[in-house]
Amino acid sequence: MMAGNVVVVGGGVAGMEVAGQLARSGCMVTLIEKESFTGGHVREWHHLFPDRRNSREVTDYLDRQIDHDNITLMAGTTIARMEYGKKVFTVDTDNGTSLSADAVVVATGFDLFRSERKEEYGYGIYDNVITSADLEAMFRNGAIKRTDGTTPEKIGIVHCVGSRDEKAGNIYCSKLCCITAVKQAMELKEHISDAKVYCFYMDMRMGGALYEETYRESQEKYGINFIRGKVSEVGETIDHKLIVKVEDTLVGRPLRMELDMIVLMAGMEMSKGGVKMAQIFGLKTGENRFFAAADHHYGSNASNVEALFLAGSCTAPMNITETISHARAAAAEVINYLRKAER
Amino acid sequence: MEKFGFKLSKPRVIDFDRNDKSVAEFIHANEPSFRLCIECGGCSATCTAGNFIPFSLRELHILLKRGETEKVKDNIEKCMLCGKCSLVCPRGVNTRNIIELAKRAFKIPELHAV
Repeated sequence: MMAGNVVVVGGGVAGMEVAGQLARSGCMVTLIEKESFTGGHVREWHHLFPDRRNSREVTDYLDRQIDHDNITLMAGTTIARMEYGKKVFTVDTDNGTSLSADAVVVATGFDLFRSERKEEYGYGIYDNVITSADLEAMFRNGAIKRTDGTTPEKIGIVHCVGSRDEKAGNIYCSKLCCITAVKQAMELKEHISDAKVYCFYMDMRMGGALYEETYRESQEKYGINFIRGKVSEVGETIDHKLIVKVEDTLVGRPLRMELDMIVLMAGMEMSKGGVKMAQIFGLKTGENRFFAAADHHYGSNASNVEALFLAGSCTAPMNITETISHARAAAAEVINYLRKAER
Repeated sequence: MEKFGFKLSKPRVIDFDRNDKSVAEFIHANEPSFRLCIECGGCSATCTAGNFIPFSLRELHILLKRGETEKVKDNIEKCMLCGKCSLVCPRGVNTRNIIELAKRAFKIPELHAV
C-alpha cells in the first residue's frame, strides 16, 4: 500500500470527494473544515438542478465517501501557518495541532456574492427582495411567503447578480445561476400554481447536460416568462410592491413592471477562506481571484506550489458534477505525485 | 386656430402591468408552442415578405407577449403564409398557426380593447 500523508483543506463537495478517493488509495488524510459541518453549500440547498433531486442524496454520498478509517476529520478548524521543506509540509491549525503532510489539496470552494453590494437591487433594503439561497431555505421550509405573510403572485428572477459585472468586480460568468433560475422558477410554479414568474436575463447560458432541456420544459410545461435585459433598478411602491426598471432589449424599449417578490441569482466568488490560503501557501490567483491552475487545459489541478493541488470551485465556478470529476482528478494527481516521490 | 403650448408625450416605456395581453393569452391557449420561442430571429431572416417590406414575426411575437398589440394588428396582414418560418424554427413553434390565431383574436372584440 502506498504511504503518504495528505492534508485536504475544505470539507465541501470537492474536499470530501478528494479525501474519500485518497483514503481508498491508502493515503492517510486529514480533512480540515472551518465550519462545524461538512458538505459546504450543498448542505444548505434544497433541490439540485437539472433533475431537481433532493440535495441530501448527494450529501449522503459524500458522507459515505469520508466514512473511512484513513480519514481524520477536523471540523471547526482553520489553518494558521504552514512551512514547506524537504518535501514535507508542516501545517499548524488554529487550535494548536501541527500536521505533517507529503501533499496538500486545497478545496476551499466559493462564497456566494453578497447581493447587498448591488445596492440598486435593494437586497436588505426592501422586504421582498431575496436571494437564490434565501429561496432554497423557503423551499426547504415548504412555504413561499412575503414578509407580511401573503403569498406572492408575481415573482421576478434577476440573473447575473454579481456576475458578468465589472461594477461588482466580477467580469466572469458564474455559470450555474441561469440553470438555477430556471429550476427555481419551475419550483415556484409548483408551490404557487397560479403565480406568474418572469426571468430577467442578459443571455441564457444553458451549456450543461440537460440544461437546455430544462429551459425548454420551463417554457413548455410551466409557462415561465423570459425577458431579455439587465435589471437596472428596483424600487418600491407605497403599497410595498416592488417595481423593476429594465430595457426589454428584444423590443428595444424600456419596460416597467410591478412584482410581489424578487429573487436575485447571486453569483460565485473566490471564498474568503481561499484568499487566506493563497496568502499562507503563496498560491497564485487569476484575474477572477480564483486560484490560477498551472495549466488551463492539462494541469487544472496543479498549482504554482510543489506538492500542492487544487480541487473544485476554488479554481472556477463549477457545478457538482464537474466538482466531483475535478476532485477525482486531483486525487489521481496526488497519487501520481506521491508515487514519483517514493522513487 | 394655431395650436400651441404644452403637450403630453406618450412615454416609450412598456407599461407591462397595464397592457392588455389577452391576444397573447388566446394564442397560448390554442397553440402552446407559442411559449417555446427563444427570440432567435430565424423566422424573420427567412421571411419572404420581410425580405421586401419591414415585417418581422419575431418582433410581432414579442410585442404580443408584452401586450403592445397595436403594431401587430397593423402588420400581421403582411404575412403571405408561405410557412418558411415554420421550417426554420429551431424550437418547433407552429408560427403559421400563431399568425392565424392572432388574426382571429383581433376579430374578437372582447379580446382586445385596443
